[in-house]
Amino acid sequence: MTAPFLPPRQIFWTRRRVKSLLVQVVFLGGLAWLAYFLFANTTANLQRQGIASGFGFLSQRAGFDVSLSFLPFTSDSSYGRAFWVAVVNALVLSALGIVLATILGFGLGLARVSKNWLIARLATVYIEIFRNIPLLLQLFFWYFAILRQLPGPKESVVLADLVFLNNRGLYMPRPQVDQGGWVIMVCFVAGLCMALVMTLRARQQRLKTGHGPKSWYWWPIGLVALPLTAFMITGASLSFVIPELRGFNYRGGMLMLPEMLAALLGLGFYIAAAIGEIVRSGIQGVDKGQVEAASALGLARRDIMRLVVLPQAMRIIIPPLATQYLSLAKNTSLAAAIAFPEIISIVAGTTLTQTGQALEAITLAMLFYMGVSLSIAAVMNFLNYRVLRHGN
Amino acid sequence: MMKLLTATTAITLAGTGLALAGTIDDIKARGHIQCGVTQGVPGFSNPNDAGDWTGFDVDICRAVAAAVLSDADAVRYTPLSNTERFTALQSGEVDILSRTTTRTLNRDTALGLNFAPVVFYDGQGFMVRESSGITSALELDGTTVCVSAGSTSELNVADYFTANNMTYEPVRFEKADEVLAAYDAGRCDVYTSDLSGLAARRLVMQNPAEHLMLKETISKEPLAPAVRHGDDAWFDIVTWTVYALIAAEELGVTAANIDQMKAEGSPDVQRLLGSSETGTGEWVGLDNDWATRAIAAGGNYGELWARHLGPDTPLKLARGLNELYNNGGIQYAMPIK
Ligand SMILES: N[C@@H](CCC(=O)N[C@@H](CS)C(=O)NCC(=O)O)C(=O)O
Repeated sequence: MTAPFLPPRQIFWTRRRVKSLLVQVVFLGGLAWLAYFLFANTTANLQRQGIASGFGFLSQRAGFDVSLSFLPFTSDSSYGRAFWVAVVNALVLSALGIVLATILGFGLGLARVSKNWLIARLATVYIEIFRNIPLLLQLFFWYFAILRQLPGPKESVVLADLVFLNNRGLYMPRPQVDQGGWVIMVCFVAGLCMALVMTLRARQQRLKTGHGPKSWYWWPIGLVALPLTAFMITGASLSFVIPELRGFNYRGGMLMLPEMLAALLGLGFYIAAAIGEIVRSGIQGVDKGQVEAASALGLARRDIMRLVVLPQAMRIIIPPLATQYLSLAKNTSLAAAIAFPEIISIVAGTTLTQTGQALEAITLAMLFYMGVSLSIAAVMNFLNYRVLRHGN
Repeated sequence: MMKLLTATTAITLAGTGLALAGTIDDIKARGHIQCGVTQGVPGFSNPNDAGDWTGFDVDICRAVAAAVLSDADAVRYTPLSNTERFTALQSGEVDILSRTTTRTLNRDTALGLNFAPVVFYDGQGFMVRESSGITSALELDGTTVCVSAGSTSELNVADYFTANNMTYEPVRFEKADEVLAAYDAGRCDVYTSDLSGLAARRLVMQNPAEHLMLKETISKEPLAPAVRHGDDAWFDIVTWTVYALIAAEELGVTAANIDQMKAEGSPDVQRLLGSSETGTGEWVGLDNDWATRAIAAGGNYGELWARHLGPDTPLKLARGLNELYNNGGIQYAMPIK
């Protein structure tokens, strides 16, 4: 007797597992060869033309100045330091832009589904305008609007003799703690951790038992009361450095450059329009039955939105929201056109030209954007996972 | 930026023969020269109302095209920003960079460029609003300065302020148009660049008369056409085309009298124009009429100057150092022999 259900005999390499493995090996091999070829070819090309290569230039003196830097930087600093200055500037702009776009975007999304005809219409008009005009144009619009509308330093718009607005930027008083500053910082960080821990504990308890202790008051305690006590105990004195017109410009204080202001407004308002649509579609994507059930239970309109609709809408909102955050971070590159010193301006612009090392500069710029993209994607994946698991 | 990316990719992908030797063959095969110019600097390279590129730097490319291809119009222009220019040349996107570019040691060596003779001896200066009351560069402490990114200007200005114990806030743009627009809109107290560039840029300002140039010159900016390392034959042609234009001025050969001079000129003239037995064509790899065509295309060096930059043009620049050596300047051609 022969076994009736014996599968037909297979040749070893046609088995599915083996076959797919083979395909992958061949593909990876091809990729590695291509990478090697590109590398070797490029090096050969550069060498033959006598063009410098390698990353040694990063330790050389940069020789140029930048208008905005959160790290110490002078023209004697290195190109490597200039790269980090650019990285921090781009990240700060991205972070501020994301905050602005998110707040504005959620407001727009809620306005879009508002029962108030005028508010809904205004939100629609906003979104249609800001979404359909190329971002670069919007950046130029804000930049030159700021420069042209605002007066020069001598005719600044003055607010209470503390804040000064002119076409060189927005000058604000800078708080300065004269002594014991670090104790206060430590207390602030400790307070932050404490508030976080207490909130999480309360939450866990609530999830387990259905009711947990209130925890909101830990925030003012941790962030305000604790540092304030430290401030008084250490006898530190807080003073404000007020900007002062000296010579051609104001000096002292905190300065928000017109480039920063315009880039922030441009990026924030543009991405907010997209986020508004995402929020709207997320809200509308929640089953109507949910709203009906909630109102049948007697929940107020505000609570229906806050407790029933938004938590479910977040599942729909988060993935496309992540895409918008990515897009904002990458679009900071356009701010180079209005002299905001970020990666394109400092690395792929000046560093590239002064050293002539285009490949290395472009590689650094690409690594930066890739790193930012992957980080944002990772954070948003984590949030998404949480929303899917816990609902908030 | 896109240009930078494509050019960088070109360096990566180009076959091992990347437009090195053989630029001339490539040019002859495609029938035109690719010439990298500015994105619009009146007097140097700027599209006119008909959309044709005109200017001093443009005429250098036209002279080379006339010498090599017998057709001064056989040039394609690629407008390049300061930050795009070197990559475009390195990657073979352009054959020659003729765009207010300063010759420096770093560019000549590490960037893999070869510079033809200087066509304009320039220096960096400062422009300010007359109403600011500033009259000297030493009064610039605490000012905001608009400057073009990727230029020698942004390096010189840093050194100048450091050396004079002054501070400033730089506002750096990639495109010269935006440097100008921002300065014009009041973003900066000072606009710094090559003096020639400042004069050219002032022409397109809203109120040119409200701005003035400070008297200080803070650097040497010898502006010269550049080609890639590694193609000596092409480098020779560009180099000697520039010298031929200067020599023509020295010898009194103009676009108008060139035919007569060719027939009746001194031995030096005859040699330059290829009318004597010892023509120079063979040495540069062209026919004996190459210099005649280059000069006839737009005139000699002095004629180019007068047409685009001199007192009778909107720029109204004085020739200064760019006068011939026997006329108070430092411009002079190596002997064409
Ligand atoms: N000579 C300087 C360049 C100075 C400069 O930026 N010049 C301006 C003219 S004021 C320019 O050419 N801008 C480029 C453009 O307009 O495309 C260098 O080689 O780095």
